[in-house]
This record gives sequence, C-alpha cells and structure tokens, in this order.
Amino acid sequence: MEFSFIGKSHLRVDGKEKITGSAKFVDDLDFGANLLYAEIVESPHAHALIVDIDISTALASPGVIKVITGKDFPYRFGLYMQDRYIFACERVRFVGEQVAAVIARDPVSAKRAAKLVRVKYQPLPAILNVEDALAAETTLLHPELENYQHVPWFFPAAGTNIAHLRKIRKHDAIDAIDAIDDTDAMFADADLVLEDRYTVPRYAHCAIECHGAIGLYDHAKRLTIWSASQSPHTQRNLFAQALAPLGLTHKDVRVIAPCVGGGFGGKAGVSMEILAAALATTVPGRPVKILWSRAQEFYNTYQRPGVVATIKMGVKRDGTITALEQNLYWDSGAYVEYGSNVVNAAGLSATGPYRIEKVKINSYAIYTNLPPGGPYRGFGYSEFIFGLESHINEVAKRLQIDPILLRKRNAIREGDQLAYGAKMNTNGLIEAIEKVEQEMDKMDKMDKIRPHSHPHSLSQSSNRCYGKGFALFWKAPAMPPNASSSAIIKFNEDASINILVSAVELGQGFFTVMAQIAAEVLQISMDKIRVETPDTDRNPYEWQTVASHITWSTGNAVFKAATDIRDQIFTLISREFQKDVKDVSDLYLFEESVRSHSNPHFKVAYQDFVISGISMPDGTFRGGPLLGRGSFMPEFSTAISDPETGQGGKPNVHYTVGASAAMIEIDKESGKITIPKVVLAIDCGKAINPQLVQGQVYGGMLQGLATVLYENMHFDESGRQLNANFTDYKIPTTLDIPEEIVAIIVESAQKDGPFGARGMGEHTMIPAAPIIANAVEDALGIRIRSMPITAEKIVAALKHNLNRDLGPEPYEPYEPYPRTEPRPLSEEALAAPIISGQ
Amino acid sequence: MNKIEFMLNGEKIEVWANAHKTLLELLREDLGIKSPKCGCDLGDCGACTVFLDGKSVRSCLILVPEVNGCDVVTLEGIMRPNLTKLQQFFLDHNSFQCGFCAPGMVLSATELLQKNPTPTLEEIKEGLSGNLCRCTGYTPIINAVADAVATTVATTINE
Ligand code: FES
Ligand code: FES
Repeated sequence: MEFSFIGKSHLRVDGKEKITGSAKFVDDLDFGANLLYAEIVESPHAHALIVDIDISTALASPGVIKVITGKDFPYRFGLYMQDRYIFACERVRFVGEQVAAVIARDPVSAKRAAKLVRVKYQPLPAILNVEDALAAETTLLHPELENYQHVPWFFPAAGTNIAHLRKIRKHDAIDAIDAIDDTDAMFADADLVLEDRYTVPRYAHCAIECHGAIGLYDHAKRLTIWSASQSPHTQRNLFAQALAPLGLTHKDVRVIAPCVGGGFGGKAGVSMEILAAALATTVPGRPVKILWSRAQEFYNTYQRPGVVATIKMGVKRDGTITALEQNLYWDSGAYVEYGSNVVNAAGLSATGPYRIEKVKINSYAIYTNLPPGGPYRGFGYSEFIFGLESHINEVAKRLQIDPILLRKRNAIREGDQLAYGAKMNTNGLIEAIEKVEQEMDKMDKMDKIRPHSHPHSLSQSSNRCYGKGFALFWKAPAMPPNASSSAIIKFNEDASINILVSAVELGQGFFTVMAQIAAEVLQISMDKIRVETPDTDRNPYEWQTVASHITWSTGNAVFKAATDIRDQIFTLISREFQKDVKDVSDLYLFEESVRSHSNPHFKVAYQDFVISGISMPDGTFRGGPLLGRGSFMPEFSTAISDPETGQGGKPNVHYTVGASAAMIEIDKESGKITIPKVVLAIDCGKAINPQLVQGQVYGGMLQGLATVLYENMHFDESGRQLNANFTDYKIPTTLDIPEEIVAIIVESAQKDGPFGARGMGEHTMIPAAPIIANAVEDALGIRIRSMPITAEKIVAALKHNLNRDLGPEPYEPYEPYPRTEPRPLSEEALAAPIISGQ
Repeated sequence: MNKIEFMLNGEKIEVWANAHKTLLELLREDLGIKSPKCGCDLGDCGACTVFLDGKSVRSCLILVPEVNGCDVVTLEGIMRPNLTKLQQFFLDHNSFQCGFCAPGMVLSATELLQKNPTPTLEEIKEGLSGNLCRCTGYTPIINAVADAVATTVATTINE
C-alpha cells in the first residue's frame, strides 16, 4: 500500500522548539516570587533505625518555613508493591535516602537548614550484595514484607530478603513439568551440557536533565504537580492513593509534564516527585520546588539493578538446544516497588529468542541496602542477554558449530511456544540475522584493508587485533495486562488539529510518530498538526511512557481517534450531500478535503465545515466542531498464571526481535577497544519514521556500548556510591562513538499495531554487551564474564592468559557455582554428522 | 550584593546579585534566560554553555562578578531572530532527541565553525566532545555539522 505520511522520514514536529532552546523543561517554568524551595535530609547510613529526629534548630534557621519528617506522612506507596514510605519512617535502607525535608524561601536557606536537622540513628548491618542478602542468618531489610500490598502475580517470600521470585518451568510434553524440577533429568538427553556464571553491575540512566518537580496545593485543596516525568497518569494515581488520608481524590490531583530531558526509564513511575506532592500539602497556596542535583540523580533515583546469572544449557550434537536453566539473582536494592517487575519480566523471557523444549528459570528480586533498582531502557533484558548470548558462543565453540548457525537453528518462529506457554508472534528474526551476516561479510573485507586483522591474532607480533561478535536480542513490553492508552483529536477552524495524548515526548520522537499516524488517516499535512504535552486534567489517560509500547499502544489510540473523526466526516457529508455522492463508502479523504469516488468534481474542504459546520442554502449550518476519540487496551493479555510453573498466562503482548554485530579493534598493550563498525537489524513491524528508528539505533547502541566498555557504579563498604558524578562515572562523548553504525530495518507487520508497527526504542541497547564480549573472545580467545569489559580486564587477562573471569568480582554468586567443564560429547553424538546449512 | 553590568545578547544589563551566584543561576533565575540548562552544575556536561566575550564557557562555573563589563551571548542571542544556517542543518538532520543538550551543543558547534570553517570529522568530534548528550549517540549531530561544512565549502567553491 502506498502511504502519504507513514514510512517517511518526516522532520520532527518538535525540532524547532528544541533547536532554538524554546522547549520548556520543568526547571524552565516560572512560579513567581511566592515559590518555595525544598532540600532533603539524607541518610548517611545504608541501614539503620531512626531513633530520633530533632528539627528545632533547623526550624529556627533564617528563611525556613517548614521542616517535614516521616511522621508527617506515614503512608506507603509503590507501583507494583507498596514497600516504601514518602520519607523513611523508622528505618533507612540506603545511603542518601530522604529522612526529612526543609522548605525555605530560597535554595541556600533550605540547604543550610537541612544540615541542621539532627537525626539519631542506630546502625544495622548493611546488606550490600545478593549473597549476603540470601545468607542463612541474614539481616532482613523488610521484616514486614508479608504485609505489603502487591499485584497478584508477585510472590514475596516472608521472612527472607526475597521480594519476588518468578519461576518458569516448561516442558513441551506438558505432563513432564514436574520432572523439570529434577535438573539432572532435564539435561539427560543433551549431548553437551555447559554451565557458567555471568555478572552485571549497576548502572545509571544519566539523562542530562535531572529529576525535578514543583507542587502547588491551593486553598481549594487542589494539588497540581509539574514534573519531569515519563508517567503523568501513574503519578497522579499514586499521589492520590498515597495522599488519600488527606482527603484528596483523583480529580483533585493534576500532573503536568512539560518537555522531558531524557528518561531511559529513570523518570518512569514515581520517585522523588512524591516529595513535591507531599510537601506542597504542608504549605497551602505556595508552590514548592524540589530539584535533584547530579549526585542525587545517581544515588536517589532508580538505578539499573545488578545481576548474578547462572546459566546451564544442554544441546544436541547438531546444535539443537534441548534445555536451559537460568538463575537470575537481582540486586534490586532497598525498595522494589517498581524494580520487582524488572525481575519478573526478565524471568519470563530469559530464554532469549530461542525455541527451547525444557526450561527452568528462577528470577529473584533481592533486597539490598543499595539504592532502589528500577526500570532502565531494556528492563532486565540487557542484563540476561549478556550472559545468554555469551554462553551460546561458548556452546557453539565446543560443538565446533558456527555460532550464527547455531542461533539460526534454534531461533524462535511465529507460533512457537514461549517459556510460559503462550505463542510467539510474527517476527523477522531470520531476516534480521541474514541482513546482519551480509554486513559482517563486508567487515571481512574491511579486515583485508588492515594488515594485522585476523581473528585469534594472539600470536601476532602486532599490538592490534580484530574480532567480530554477533548476538540476538528480543524484548516484550513489560506492563500490567490492562495498561492502556487513549487519545483525543480536535479540529481547529483552519483544519489544523491538536492531538491530545498523555504519553511523553522524551526525545524518542513520539510526537512526530503520532502526527504521522493522524496525518495518514486524515490526510492533513504535518505542519498542521500539534501534539500536546500531557496534563492529566486535559489530556486523556495513558498508563506510562515506558516499555517501548507507545508507538504501538498510543499509536493505536491515535489511529482510532483519527478514524473516529473520519467516520464522523463521512457520515455528515453523505447525509448533507446526498445529491452529489452515493453513500459513506463513496467518500475518501485527500489533501484536507472530502472527495467522492463516483463524482470526481466533488470536493468539500475541511476548513469549510470542521468547526463552522456546513453552510446550507437556507442560512442554517449542519454538523459542529469535530472531535475524535480513541482508546486502546490489549484485551487479550493476562498476568495470572501458575505460580510454580509460570504457565497459563499471556503476560507479554508481543516481542520485538533483532540481531546485531560488532567489529572491534583491540590494542593489546593498553587493552583499549575501538569499534570500526556496529550493525543492528531490528524488526519494528513497520517503521513509521525510518530516520527516527535509525536515531534510536544510534542512541541506544552507544548507551549499551558504554555499559559494556566502561560505565560502572562503585560503592564503598558502607554502601555509599563513590562515583556519583560525570567525572568519575564516565558516559560517552563524541570521541567514544563507533566509526560506523549501520541500522537495518526489518518489517514483518504486527497485526494489531498501527500500520503494523511495534516498539523498538529500548531494544537497540540490549545486544551491545554480548556483541562486544563475543568480539573480544573472537579476537583474543578470552571470555570475560563480568561487565564492564574494561581495558584493565583485557590487559590483565592477556597477562595471565586466563580463559576465565577476572577478580575482584563485583558480586559473588549465591550458591557458589563451580564453572564446570562441559560434559564431553557421547560416542553416538560424535558419530552423528553435523548438519551444515539451514 | 554586588552591582554587575554587562552586555547580554546585545542589551545592556545592570543587576544586583550575590557574589556567590553563578552566571547560570543569574541568567536563568534573575534574567529569565532559559536556554542554558543545568545538567550537572560541576562543569562536566556542557548543557550550560554560553559565550563570554566570544568564547564558549560553562556558565555553571562562572561567578557573577566575573562577567562585570563582559559580553555574554546565549542561544537566544545568536538567532536574529531566525535560525542560523547551522541550526537549520541540525533541524534537517533531526539531530536532537530530548533537546536538553541542544542549546549548549549548538553554541559549541557554532564556535567550532567560527574558529575553523572546514573542520575534519575528527576535528568536529573533538570540538563537540565537551557537550554530553545521552539520547542521540551523537551521530546525527556530527552528521549535521559535517553536512554544514560540506555544503558551505561547496557553495563557496561554486560562487
Ligand atoms: S551544568 Fe554546567 S557543565 Fe553541566
Ligand atoms: S538530545 Fe537528549 S541529551 Fe542530547
């Protein structure tokens, strides 16, 4: 089908605003001379009981209006599990946690007074890694775990530090599920069994705009929050729930999200914004502003959780994967109200994009006295894909099968059974693999240009060597089954339109994509469309701008709203122009006017009726202002399944899949890796705007490369983050980019997506870690099993020529997991021919 | 409080300000100039970039008394009132995503081309390396500048 707007790389509708500095971010809004400023008092302890808080000196300090502590707001909140207070009550659980806040007339007075709040603590043992958290005689972070409210698909283990355990047990012969718990039986028919352990540390989102929020509680008891948020409606919901004891209802709470300076998951859900909401209620009539510093942005927002993954894979001689066991021990931090769902999502999908007969997965959300783990672009997938895709190469090496061939042989196809029993959606995984392979062939030619470029060049005299790495990836939106979107479209006199939605333009290009969808249905030029930033009072409901579900879900809502208007137009025109046109089916829209198939001369311009109504010969008017509405909810989704096996639900609406590869150059002396070329092919169903898709590949890939090459959070033995700034936590600059990034779009239409589209924003960072790890192995024969793969690790590995991971490890495993040698191939297996080709 | 006089985007400004205030705070809070952003307040990110006497500086590191008698130009001041040619290239390349880094990046790129109208790719990267962007992976930003350079060079040759 020929489209006028879909599939075209239109310029961003918000481009001018951004290029001129006109875009208003939350800290750019003016609130006048009445504005107050809040500063929090932070816990210096990773784990302690709060014995006493003395606010008297702070209160007497100049400029101070109020000092607020946990006693003022003893209310729990949370997205999936209510395990947190607005201010720490009774107990602090990470360094930097908010214990109290000072509201003052200016930021300097607030800061000064915050230092004068005296808090007496009784320190408790700090649990700083998953091993300690799971030890037999451990200290519990949340003794009241069993009383916490949570969604029905979470399974906290009372009396432990396990906030949630997602179990998956799958055997394609259904009645054999019980046998899955017998791990030996599960691997009995494999020719080769290989197990290993991979570790991933914590990471920070590092959106350049820090969190910030302004709350205003007026004398009529209306609470308005302006916040840098990915989740305005979810914030309204959680604010209204948490502050219900004050008599607030949802209609009294209004959240306004202006332009947001990057999110990457960090601004999803509710974190520091609830402070603005709570504090505002204590100073009626005066707006209160709270802004996070860059340091707080690191240690008091969600962090990407760390994970220790043990993986065991059984394969046949021909490369068929028969069984997979994975244990994911997540360092989920002090509160898991959101982060538990990362653990859940990873547990459901830890097979990667493979069809595997027998699966056993345990994914543990583990409380530790580190900042709350939460959503981060990739939502747990980047973490397990590092281990899984590294491991597959190790398996292939032992089978002496090409690792890409092994992946092709096991690649999941439409209709295959997923680990939790539901069926896999349409996907272009094989096409993506083949397209990346073609680009890799070109890398070989690049090799030839360079003199010392052969893989496995350890023996070379040159200091430089090259390697190639390949990996697959997938990801599904992780959401409650009823996560929904809605849209309203209204016409203006000149036939321009405003699209009201409540998803957030974080930079991903959402506004432009929504405009293109509406433009296509209504045949209106792009420059006549405005998409509005969210205001929960005015714009219709949106769950959250997360999970890469917006193009699909909000896109469907906008598509429906546009179709709704179109149908109203057809009904009106066919009724009022009966003499000129046959019926509704005779009409179509073209260039901002209504046309007729049967009557080529017929043309009614939108601007002649969309607001004014159709002018009749008798001086009356017909019609009225046109308004379209659309709602979308994935009505087929359910998160309810058997807790022991995970079977029976349909928790994921669909997966987006792809393949990626890198060519790297390593300086053996310094260990430094440079990247001549990266390729990523992704099946986004339909690229509504190919240039924006490409933009996600460039941005996501670099973010991912940084996690595998150098980014890393460091904590001292008391749980304090040591590198909470951009000098010590280095994020990439222009000097750190690959020489070439090739973005390849694959399109196998998502049947329930707008014009066939499905999301792809997070996915582009997911394969970054394993493509580098596999390329390092290709170049040097060294398998590095802990991220990041720094220059130091490479140099040390070369020095010791160790084919194993390098200490000190950021984490120790829960159950010390011997890195076993693979079970040797059996006699019969060795005799069996290796099938080549696919 | 100190009395400070300086030129801001071609206008003469006289303000009383606390000597501890940074230029970034003065611009944003007292003078309503919002294009310079605060991304770190430590001189690490470049979001607060402005021109001080024709040279790019991090306004979060400049204290107000230092600008007395100086000429300060922000992104608002380089558009008169239309987009500069370079801005147009950024626009045409869909260079920015969230746009938070854009004002600083545009100023750094402007300075780069003022100093060296025909930078190589490496020089472009070097020139923009002080401005952090977490969204774009920099490629569309670098491409826009490279395209601006190529086009300008081409038109100059044709002229
Ligand atoms: S805010 Fe000035 S460099 Fe970051
Ligand atoms: S576009 Fe978001 S930081 Fe640069």
